[in-house]
Amino acid sequence: MTLTRRTIPGFAALFSLPLAWVLLLMVVPYAIMISVGFWTRQFPLFYPDFQFGNYAQILADPQYTTVILRTLKIAACVTVCALLLGYPLAYFLVFTVRSQKLRNLLYMSVIVPLWVSYLLRAYTWKIILGTDGALNSLLVSTGLVSAPLDIFLYNQTAMVVTLVYIFVPFMVMPLFTVLDNIPRRLIEASEDLGVGPFMTFWKVIFPLSLGGVIAGATMTFCLSFGDFVAPVLVGGPDGTMVANLLQTQFGAALNWPLGSALATLVLALVLILLQLSSRLDRAGRVDLA
Amino acid sequence: MRRLHWWQRGLVGVSLGVLAFLYLPIVMLVIFSFNDSKVTSFPLSGFTLHWYEAFLANAQMLRALANSLWVALFATALSVVIGVTAALALDRYDFPGKRLFQNVILLPLSLPGIVTGIAMLNFYKQIGIPQSLTAVVIGHATALLGVVVSQVMARLAKINRRQFEASADLGATPFETFRHVTLPGIRSAIVGSALLCFTLSFDEIPVTYFLTGREVTLPIYIYSTLRRGITPEINAIGTVIVAVSFVLIVLSVTLLRDRERS
Repeated sequence: MTLTRRTIPGFAALFSLPLAWVLLLMVVPYAIMISVGFWTRQFPLFYPDFQFGNYAQILADPQYTTVILRTLKIAACVTVCALLLGYPLAYFLVFTVRSQKLRNLLYMSVIVPLWVSYLLRAYTWKIILGTDGALNSLLVSTGLVSAPLDIFLYNQTAMVVTLVYIFVPFMVMPLFTVLDNIPRRLIEASEDLGVGPFMTFWKVIFPLSLGGVIAGATMTFCLSFGDFVAPVLVGGPDGTMVANLLQTQFGAALNWPLGSALATLVLALVLILLQLSSRLDRAGRVDLA
Repeated sequence: MRRLHWWQRGLVGVSLGVLAFLYLPIVMLVIFSFNDSKVTSFPLSGFTLHWYEAFLANAQMLRALANSLWVALFATALSVVIGVTAALALDRYDFPGKRLFQNVILLPLSLPGIVTGIAMLNFYKQIGIPQSLTAVVIGHATALLGVVVSQVMARLAKINRRQFEASADLGATPFETFRHVTLPGIRSAIVGSALLCFTLSFDEIPVTYFLTGREVTLPIYIYSTLRRGITPEINAIGTVIVAVSFVLIVLSVTLLRDRERS
């Protein structure tokens, strides 16, 4: 319905609460955060101001740029690994599992962990990879190594493993949807024309699934970019990520203006990626109707 | 069974590997919660319920658990009330800025929670609201609004619009139409998204971390305990949380999907 004089009262009755809530508790807080990013700090207080000093400091100080680059690298690694694990699984669910019931059951068992306690799922890797952990004791008891190794936990690999573990279902979800929507007759047509399974995959299935790849990669990248639990639990001294810097600015370092500027940068990055991915997705989408 | 090509067998292998990767850690958590040892290593040393008794005797942990339950309950109630009205309005009316409004509501789902947490912390600070569980409830309700709105809107889009018109033509008031036509159509989507919100709020860390005051929720309590070191008590409470979350999420996913098939 478009808004006319007759429909406005009903619309207002429904929409005023959500609108007020979203304006007051989302738009205003984000706006305040962005503006605090321009304030100055004179320890221990902050003063309203309009200057780009905080941004200049973030982008010039190697202490910050190193962490930002590292976070980009780790988020990219996580995204690629999640894609490499998630794609075969989604493909298997859609094209290899024939029974609808089994497929639904397996799909559910992939996505359910996604919503189950993120903290505890990150924590399990601490008990698996630790020096006293499950993996080490298994290796020692099978005689593969003579003494527990401390190489598994507290490094960037442990962080990547943990984050991939957390975000794989986010990758499988959109991939499953796009693969499931590919009309089977396209694949049959390709096979009838004598094209082998690999070329069929490369020329037909993969291009049609790009939308899911982009959607999954965007979610995985954005969320792992802003994670602060995995670095604290399984990351080592070289494992600080952007989110940990943010924690510090609002905690021990007590520099809200700088923290807000950094959070604004993260917000901007996510918005740009979401925008890019919706563009790419639309450009890459083939009309199947 | 059909004969599989070598590459299909490889695919099955990789897929089973990924499924194992998804579940083995959770199995570890459960196993070690019953293991009679302070360290989480093999071989297992014996069965015990000691760690469960320990957390049931831990007053701080139980208090955090109660806080989490209250927070999740109120946050879910708020998200559902606001989310359902928003979904109804978005589904029924076209208005300027509709797309923007939708994108803003959905933003916290793909934005790292820490940014939402920091934005709300700044906001509370400016208007002088202290960090507290109430602040956490409002933060969760806001961050989870997108879950309810997206699920309920998806369901509304599948309802035949003629039903609303028929109801209105037969003289039903808008409220009666909602009560007898719309609500039955979207009920399972509402319950499904409410269960999802409840679990997500119960487990939430990043927003809570910035908004909570002296009273903490269970994940924050566990998080701060973990920074000091591991205790098998965490495995016990973790097993309980994972088990309950699993049931709620399976229910939720079932409720959110059922209409699609019928």
